[in-house]
Amino acid sequence: MTDYGIPTLKEEIDRETVEQVLALDVDKYKYGFESDIESDVAPVGLTEDTVRMISAKKDEPQWMLDWRLEAFRRWQTMEEPNWAKVHYPKIDFQAISYYSAPKSFKGPKSLDEVDPELLATYAKLGIPLKEQAILAGVEGAAESVGTPFGANVAVDAVFDSVSVVTTFREELAKQGIIFCSISEAVREHPELVQQYLGTVVPVTDNYYATLNSAVFTDGSFVYIPKGVRCPMELSTYFRINEKKTGQFERTLIIADDDSYVSYLEGCTAPMRDEHQLHAAVVELVALDNAEIKYSTVQNWYPGDKNGKGGIYNFVTKRGDCRGVNSHISWTQVETGSAITWKYPSCILRGDGSRGEFYSIAISNGYQQVDSGTKMIHLGKNTSSRIISKGIAAGFSDNTYRGQVSAHAKAKNARNFTQCDSLLIGDKCGAHTVPYIESRNGTAVFEHEATTSKISDDQMFYCQARGLSEEEAVALIVNGFVRDVLQHLPMEFMVETQKLISISLEGSVG
Amino acid sequence: MTTPVLEIRNLHARIEDREILKGVNLIIPPGEVHAIMGRNGSGKSTLSYVLAGKEDYEITEGEVLLNGKNIFEMGADERAAAGLFLAFQYPIEIPGVATMTFLKAALNAQRKARGEDELKTPEFMRLVKEAGAQLNVDSDMLRRPLNVGFSGGEKKRAEIMQMALLKPSLAVLDETDSGLDIDALQVVSKGVNSLRDGQRSMLVITHYQRLLNHIVPDVVHVFSDGRIVESGDKSLALKLEAEGYANYGGEAA
Repeated sequence: MTDYGIPTLKEEIDRETVEQVLALDVDKYKYGFESDIESDVAPVGLTEDTVRMISAKKDEPQWMLDWRLEAFRRWQTMEEPNWAKVHYPKIDFQAISYYSAPKSFKGPKSLDEVDPELLATYAKLGIPLKEQAILAGVEGAAESVGTPFGANVAVDAVFDSVSVVTTFREELAKQGIIFCSISEAVREHPELVQQYLGTVVPVTDNYYATLNSAVFTDGSFVYIPKGVRCPMELSTYFRINEKKTGQFERTLIIADDDSYVSYLEGCTAPMRDEHQLHAAVVELVALDNAEIKYSTVQNWYPGDKNGKGGIYNFVTKRGDCRGVNSHISWTQVETGSAITWKYPSCILRGDGSRGEFYSIAISNGYQQVDSGTKMIHLGKNTSSRIISKGIAAGFSDNTYRGQVSAHAKAKNARNFTQCDSLLIGDKCGAHTVPYIESRNGTAVFEHEATTSKISDDQMFYCQARGLSEEEAVALIVNGFVRDVLQHLPMEFMVETQKLISISLEGSVG
Repeated sequence: MTTPVLEIRNLHARIEDREILKGVNLIIPPGEVHAIMGRNGSGKSTLSYVLAGKEDYEITEGEVLLNGKNIFEMGADERAAAGLFLAFQYPIEIPGVATMTFLKAALNAQRKARGEDELKTPEFMRLVKEAGAQLNVDSDMLRRPLNVGFSGGEKKRAEIMQMALLKPSLAVLDETDSGLDIDALQVVSKGVNSLRDGQRSMLVITHYQRLLNHIVPDVVHVFSDGRIVESGDKSLALKLEAEGYANYGGEAA
């Protein structure tokens, strides 16, 4: 609360949280609707022809196709990893379609050309495609509190396999910022893409990253020129709609010397009985003194309460602090997906570079989460900070897996890690698996871990003050994750607090 | 006859195999402050938990009416919304939740349960300031997570402040004096006394007469071995202080 009696954002959020909890129906995934949009879908199966077809659909130059084919050949020789603490039936990669695009989608993107049904879908998702409001003459229509994004956000919306609309481009272009779909970047800015693509997550990095390299369909591309501080949040909203499709998006963000960008990513999918695969790759490059802040609110469909359906989220995210004193910060809120396998990492290559990882991972029902980070200290005087909050409810399993390592040359490397787990009920599990490796006598690594349960005393105390069981859990959990919430951009905080409440529905009683 | 704020009839309660409350009878009319005194282990705190709705206890006999309504048909949160407030002997820490946030959530939850509108922030702020002023609860304390790292005095002040904000019809104060030095005791008592308005009733549980010099009760009850064994005016407290609980049987704790 400010001294002038104006509610702070935090208080507004707290109110929203409680309201949201009260407004809930049990067992409802609110993004579970399906949009009836005619789509152009590739036949199921994966061969070299599929890769060629995707490349051709996107009018890619030869070098891009060659890159994909190389990845595909590699992938065929690789084996699915099985070291994570997650269990699922073997995926039949030949039973998935690797490309789906809304049929009405073509060429240059202005909102006029977008299928109204698609816009309706995004409206349902609460995405302010602000241009839409401006075109309609509704000033400020997108600014209402409670949408995932506030007003000052440029959005790239990816529907199944293609980017359907990117907003605010002209305004950004004035400062030399490039924000477009990766397909477009391949065509329009090949020199940047060729210089950086695959330099953080190599084509051969791991099974899913290699698969992604072969069949990635769309995603976002960001380039911030030297010395530019990006004036607004950039964001991508991912949506899987079509049945039996996989989503393989690829995001590449480059922050040139002395620049800054904050990027947000949100994800949802319809409710379906079958599992769907999401295997994305995100690469971040921070050059000298540059800062990239990357925030994710992942709310893919988690499956129903019996564990049927839901998204397999097998994602490779890595940031390269390539320049001196560069800074990359990952903040993630993971509430969805049947299975999450994801370790947003930082390579601290530049001297004095800094990596951060702030995570809230909530699992309920039969969800399985194996997530964490890697901080690879290579340069001198590099530092990293990891704060992970895992919340397990229902029958779920929630694992933090993290690696912190210091190379022989990484003098004075510093890491602080804090992993806290909160258990709700007695059928769920929380696990912490830290790997710490130092080849350098000057490195200082600290690791703290706690596991706690919401105590009966806390519940009784809150209820004796008038809070219902669900309100009490939401309040206590929001308190538990506060250290991480504070690192989220304002635009995401409200949504996140709501999500936390929704994700934990039915977890008590 | 006006409906009593609290009416306890032949209340028996147990935890596992042990019977702790063995036939409690008590009537508190509107506006009266009753004190329950008794030695440790006599079941005083159990009575407060049973009233507030803690689930560890099994009610085997009897009933409790709050403003004429049977509270055993209500959950703890519903009892709170119906006007029951328990000031905890050991207030619970809620890490990461600012005191202010907690107060607002609690107040609005109760208002909602009663079908009232939630308070707008400026109105809420006014009430918090009002409630906090007398108890020396400043904005710094309101920003800290509830009860986390609070001193004994701060915890009790925060409890009474919640009571001032939530305006219950019945406040149960469980050993509110424990852990307080004289200065803190005065602040807390002053806060409590300011909430005596001729309508609100209180049940003050303590084993020292000291508190009752500050919060002067209308009726004093002696609690021993799970029931009320004697009732009288405030002079009974003085008598107890002088003679101890030995005359009332039961085992020493």
